[in-house]
Amino acid sequence: MSKLTLGPVQFHWSAAQRRDFYARMADESPISCAYLGEVVCSKRLPWFENDLTLIAERLQRAGKQVVFSTPALITTDREVSMIASICQAAELIEVNDLACISLLNGKEFVSGPLVNVFNEGTLDVLIGMGAVRINAPIELSAPAIATLASKSRVEIEVFAFGRQPLAISQRCYHARSRDLHKDNCQFVCGEDVDGMEVAQLNGRPILTINGTQTLSYGHVTLLNELAELQASEVTHFRLSPHALDMVEIATIYHAVLDGTFDAEEGLAKLQEIAAPIPFINGYLHGHAGMEWLTNFAN
Amino acid sequence: MTRYLELVCPAGNPVALRVAVDAGADSVYCGFRDCTNARNYPGLNFDRQELRAGIAYAHARGCRVFVAVNTFPRAGKIGSWHRAIDDAAACGADAVIVADLGLLDYTMRQHPQLRRHLSVQAAAASALSIRFYMEKFDVSRVVLPRVLAVHEVSNLIGQTGVEAEVFGFGSLGTMVEGRCFLSSYMTGRSPSSDGVCAPAECVSYREEAGGLVSCLSDVMINCFGSDEPAAYPTPCKGRFLVRGRPRYIFEEPIGLNVIPLLSALKASGVTALKIEGRQRGRNYVATVVSAFRGILDALADGRAPTGTPDVLRTVAEGQRETFGAYAKGWR
Repeated sequence: MSKLTLGPVQFHWSAAQRRDFYARMADESPISCAYLGEVVCSKRLPWFENDLTLIAERLQRAGKQVVFSTPALITTDREVSMIASICQAAELIEVNDLACISLLNGKEFVSGPLVNVFNEGTLDVLIGMGAVRINAPIELSAPAIATLASKSRVEIEVFAFGRQPLAISQRCYHARSRDLHKDNCQFVCGEDVDGMEVAQLNGRPILTINGTQTLSYGHVTLLNELAELQASEVTHFRLSPHALDMVEIATIYHAVLDGTFDAEEGLAKLQEIAAPIPFINGYLHGHAGMEWLTNFAN
Repeated sequence: MTRYLELVCPAGNPVALRVAVDAGADSVYCGFRDCTNARNYPGLNFDRQELRAGIAYAHARGCRVFVAVNTFPRAGKIGSWHRAIDDAAACGADAVIVADLGLLDYTMRQHPQLRRHLSVQAAAASALSIRFYMEKFDVSRVVLPRVLAVHEVSNLIGQTGVEAEVFGFGSLGTMVEGRCFLSSYMTGRSPSSDGVCAPAECVSYREEAGGLVSCLSDVMINCFGSDEPAAYPTPCKGRFLVRGRPRYIFEEPIGLNVIPLLSALKASGVTALKIEGRQRGRNYVATVVSAFRGILDALADGRAPTGTPDVLRTVAEGQRETFGAYAKGWR
């Protein structure tokens, strides 16, 4: 059976919220692997990095694999030295900016969902450089994922729950929304535990802002697609942390994966937790990412 | 006269190529008529014969031709992208502009003599990243993302010794290029895979009580009052409600223009200046290329340029300009 992973926390949660969150995920959730670390803004890391070792130990004691995630964008020298020290210390690293590969000294790595692996040629190059697990980019359709998985000698992971990362910038939109600059941002992103809603002028929500990152408004929800993806040899499904009952969400995904209940029942239970935020799954069916499709040919 | 900066100009089709060459381009860049390049719009681009003829025209006038094969090949359909590289080489292109790792690898193995320029779609924005592409794929030049300040451009060139091409004029994205999925989130088609951002067939405008509404698919991107010029509904230039207040949360509809920064860019070690706009018409190409030719020639002669020619303002996106990330405080 495919495994469930817990993606890195994308939002600027407080140290205390992170500690509580991981304690519960370690003790109560059916995830097999957790990604720790900061992927969006390196300015956030000092707020919680002292806890990471203890959090990692607790997860490992509970039998979970721990992977350290690195930022989507590496630019400053300070970021380079910070990431270099993470790469040296951690057993397994998730790369989200290709530049990070140069800091690994040949160590094995996980290629994160923010790395463009659209085809088997790139897949082979990354495996040659040491990738042991490759995340499909969020834009890929089910047939494209199946093609990659069929040509892959390594594990393939798919982003299966949560707001979908759509873009990364050097500009901080959270700061901009308060007429601040990134250098003096006052960490206003911390006020929105699941990101800041962006609506169309007609009032309909469309996107979510999380500092320099832009995400979908809806939650990607692939319960209907788990069986097909599992049959295509997708080995891991990623659940992205939100300020929701993530233990329950992981339990629902696990139950649908092992057949305890069907996707429809899982969706009904998930709806109770995630409403009023809508579900989306368009990319997987070759449609606009923001769409939600329930009638599709298998 | 020594060259101040190499002027790299857009050639969206064979006519634009000739216009750009005649107006004084040092190099032009173009793509094939399919999803192998990041400007896959109807009526644009080249078939193989047109490329061969275009290269002959440019080479006869001392102008180089770069072929952009800068989208990310689709799984299971990689052959079209390999053919694009093979054909660019066979047609005599001076370089290919590539972003995808697998395609860089293919190009290096199959055509080691063909210069590889790293596309802005690869978004190599750090010394570490640039060295990665130089060492692994022997790229000769890097097109730097439009997210760097001038002093950062200078540091990157100093640290890596890379031959750098930077954007000087035209449309300006605010997201890291090659990794922005806003367009496909709304329309199903993206720059990465399809070579299109905000495709025209998904764009609509309608008059409402509040003004002129612009939409991308069903998403309302903006609403313009009678006193505002309407802009194309690119997601990152849209006006949205944030904390209940309408604002351009990402960027305003505005074009990039670095004319006042040219001497600073030259001093920072930049080799080439790129004009964006393969999707624009021959008038844009003629206007922008001749204006920049004049300015670069003046600078090469030791004369200071006299500011931005008015004619450029008429073709800038939103008829307004910015230094973008080159200036401090943009972030």
